Amino acid sequence: MPKRFVAPIISLIGVSIFGPVITPAQDVPRQPGAVYDFDRPDEKPAPAPKHDISGVWEPAKGPGAGLQGKGALSMGSCEYKVPGVPYSGYAYDAKAPVPDCLKPAQEPPYTALGRKTLLSHIPTEGYRMVASALTNDPVPACNPQGFPRIVLHDFRTSRIIQTPTNVVILYEFNKKWRAIWTDGRELPKNPEEPTWGEPDPPESRWWGYSVGKWEDDYTFVADSNGFDDRTWLDNAGLPHGDALHVEERYRRVDRDHLEMTITIHDPQMYTKPWVALDKLRLRLQAASLDIPEEECVPLETEEYNKEFAKPAASAGKAKQP
Amino acid sequence: MRRRLITTAAVVGLLIGSVSLFAHHGNAEFDIGKRVTVKGTVTRWSWSNPHCFLTFDVNGDNGAVVHWVVETQPPRSVTAGGFSQYTFKPGDEVTVTLEPVKNGRPLGRMLEVVLPNGKKMVTGHLD
Repeated sequence: MPKRFVAPIISLIGVSIFGPVITPAQDVPRQPGAVYDFDRPDEKPAPAPKHDISGVWEPAKGPGAGLQGKGALSMGSCEYKVPGVPYSGYAYDAKAPVPDCLKPAQEPPYTALGRKTLLSHIPTEGYRMVASALTNDPVPACNPQGFPRIVLHDFRTSRIIQTPTNVVILYEFNKKWRAIWTDGRELPKNPEEPTWGEPDPPESRWWGYSVGKWEDDYTFVADSNGFDDRTWLDNAGLPHGDALHVEERYRRVDRDHLEMTITIHDPQMYTKPWVALDKLRLRLQAASLDIPEEECVPLETEEYNKEFAKPAASAGKAKQP
Repeated sequence: MRRRLITTAAVVGLLIGSVSLFAHHGNAEFDIGKRVTVKGTVTRWSWSNPHCFLTFDVNGDNGAVVHWVVETQPPRSVTAGGFSQYTFKPGDEVTVTLEPVKNGRPLGRMLEVVLPNGKKMVTGHLD
């Protein structure tokens, strides 16, 4: 064999053997069989690249770090264990009148209409939660989650792609995506009858209309409006109206980290803007990471409701041993 | 390298094990803190959203068979604990530790399961 082929062949064999273990993009070891990389205490990431938030991102603290089951605003305030009960995790004390750990850290500044609309929503999470068969949440029946709920309940692995005219975000849940326009266009002037202009007819959208720009070398800011008001803001039933305006801020902290902040502007439902997600820390994943499927499937949901959700919510008759 | 891998594995394991993943709904149905352990024969393993669920039959003291349905988290979440679409098959003898629902029906959510080969597996609900 010619000598010039020896090194490449050895390299190929090495890549074949160690490829699944060594993350190509970051050259850090991975647990064999593990899918994600999370933060480690002794890391010193390289500096952030300029004007670049592309890549596959996952909450840096691990799966579940993006959960806001109690409702937006309340992330991280529910680390509570039932005294003396192993395995209780983030469970709440069922004997407490209102589970403290499920109360939002602070309540959003509702208008009268906002509070009334909130109370018309019957959620499966938060301090007003009910059994899943009793909810009027549109999402469990596979209706569109929409934006910003896709990031305000349980942010999952997402891929950000930058093109000359868009920042495109591919979300794991239901394989949904958004295009944030960066071509200089402006948001629809009338968010209650939104359109990009002729020849597009005005229509509200589950995922809204979005434009974005670089605020500085490391901060990308997007603004969105024109939403369909049938979506909720989160799994705890927080409402929004058709005048909702969402500010979405991404700050590239270093090569491996991105912080995401979501601010809600909705004068119909809230008396002032409020931060619904505050610097959720995301970690860059290997470019080779294959994002798993998580589809809401009506047929599967129907089967789950029949087998579990409906009997679990019924008055029932004691049959447990 | 080996030491770094072990450290990484420990950190990842800690992170996965210390988070309850409530992708679809909260705790309203469940009798929080109560634990039931039952041994039975698998009739179905549904690998599906919004929750995977396992059904199995348990022989009661009086000869009656109790049909249990226990949910887990969705495929996306339970894969972190090593579960797959092929973890169970009908006829498997399993021992399931679960958190039952409040209304007394034979329903709950799986916390631990011991497979026919003796391997113990835990779900994302565990601490």
